[in-house]
Parts: sequence; structure tokens; C-alpha cells
Amino acid sequence: MSGDHHTDATTARRVRRLETLLEEKGLITGERLDEAIDAFLAESSPANGARVVARAWTDDAYRARLLADGTAAVQELGHMEGSYQRLRVVENTESVHNVIVCTLCSCYPLRLLGPSPSWYKSEAYRSRVVREPRAVLREFGLTLPDSVDVVVWDSSAETRYMVLPRRPQATEGLDEEELAALVTRNALIGTAPL
Amino acid sequence: MARINDVGGTQGFGAIDTTDDTEPFHADWEARVVGLYNTLRAQGIFNTNEFRDAIESMPPADYLATSYYERWFLAICSLLERKGVIEPGELDD
Repeated sequence: MSGDHHTDATTARRVRRLETLLEEKGLITGERLDEAIDAFLAESSPANGARVVARAWTDDAYRARLLADGTAAVQELGHMEGSYQRLRVVENTESVHNVIVCTLCSCYPLRLLGPSPSWYKSEAYRSRVVREPRAVLREFGLTLPDSVDVVVWDSSAETRYMVLPRRPQATEGLDEEELAALVTRNALIGTAPL
Repeated sequence: MARINDVGGTQGFGAIDTTDDTEPFHADWEARVVGLYNTLRAQGIFNTNEFRDAIESMPPADYLATSYYERWFLAICSLLERKGVIEPGELDD
């Protein structure tokens, strides 16, 4: 993989040159680019997915709707409005652990999980998690007993997945906001327990 | 024919760097590339499927030698050339 300083400086220069060219052609302005970047970052956060999970943990009817039609259920909470993508939420249980990937590239429920980590987009993760998921999860520090089935969900252009983690024990006294604070991005991907 | 991006199940890519980087971008130019992508797509200069195809049809050696957002940038450039918005070589030093 590249990422060394020389490559980085060369690419940075070429990106700048393209920006200037497109500005001259009247196709973009620097301000519009700034706005597009800000909008991308503002609407994408793992706090959104965490709130969905906390609602599902505290409201059985919502949980049922979320598992039946993820897109509609997260739209109830104001997420993914106007999206052409379908969201499927997959539930971890005592006997099933779910993990998500996009073997072809990087499809991911951005608005619910925030910008994806580098490893999610890496060839190593994409190639291996579908072949040896238990070994991959061990690399993330998650060792699952053989009694737990591992299900790997490969995303596509149209369908994105999010894991509904199991509610941690001894959290009966917590309210929705406190529960949401327990949810991590990797738990929503399936590479970490809660 | 399988394209180079179709890596599911392929062996030999090694260990995963599980470092939990929370920074969305690792250089300013990466953010600019995302901005370019969103802005040009919103204007209908190319669509999502064309963009995806442009990444997936990269020569395998180039695909494997480039970072995630370098691929985005190369895909944008190749689409702009194909659509006559920029000339080949216009970005070269």
C-alpha cells in the first residue's frame, strides 16, 4: 500500500491542480467543496447507530420493526431519509454473532456508523473475514466459543448491514442515553463485543 | 471475469492492521477528493455506478499499489477524461 510522503505530496498536488482546473471551467467552487465535505461529516456518526440500538434495547416493538425493516425503522428516528439504500439490521444472540464486510470495496451504513475505519476498506479484512471469520475476530481481540455461530454479511451497492449487539448485563438501571453511550462503532460492525 | 476488487476469500493479504483510527481523513487532499466526488456527482457529471465501475476496472497492479482515496481520485480523473471534461495529461507536471 502506498501512503508514503512522496506519493502523498504528488497526489495532493494533482488533486489541487484538478480543483483549479474545474474551478476555471466553472464546474466547482472551493466553497461548494467545503460545504460538501462538512455535510458528509455532519450527517455521518456512530452516535446515530448507537441511538438506534439503545431504542431497540428499551422498546421491544421498535426492535421488532427494526429487524423487520431496518430502513423504515431508522427513518422513524430521522436517519437515512431520502436514501436509496436498504438497511438490514442483524441481531446478535446467545448463539449467533454477526459481522459485516464489503468484499468488493467499502459499502457501509455511513450515516449510522460514521466514516469507516481504514481496516474495513483493507484487502486483508475484506478477503479474510469471509473465509476465516473466527481468526479475524480473534485479531480484534474477540474470541467466540464454538457454540456460537458466526454469520458474515457481505454488503452490496443496494443493501447495507448493521449489527444489533446484545445488551450488556447489569444495565437495567440505565436510560436510553446512557445505553447509547455504551455502544461502540466496532460493536455495530461486529468486530467487538459490548 | 473477476475483477481485482473482488477479493473475498483470496488468500495472502496478511494480517489486518486493526488500529482503530477515528480520523475520517488522513490528509487534507483525501477530504478534497470526497468533496470533488460529491460535488461532481450532484451535478450529474457522473453517477455512483459509473464511479464504482471506474474503480473496479482499474488495472490490477494499479489497484493494489494505491490507497483507498487515491483510487477515488484516479477514478474521478478517468471519468472526467472519458466525458471530455479534462484532457489526458492535463494534470501532469
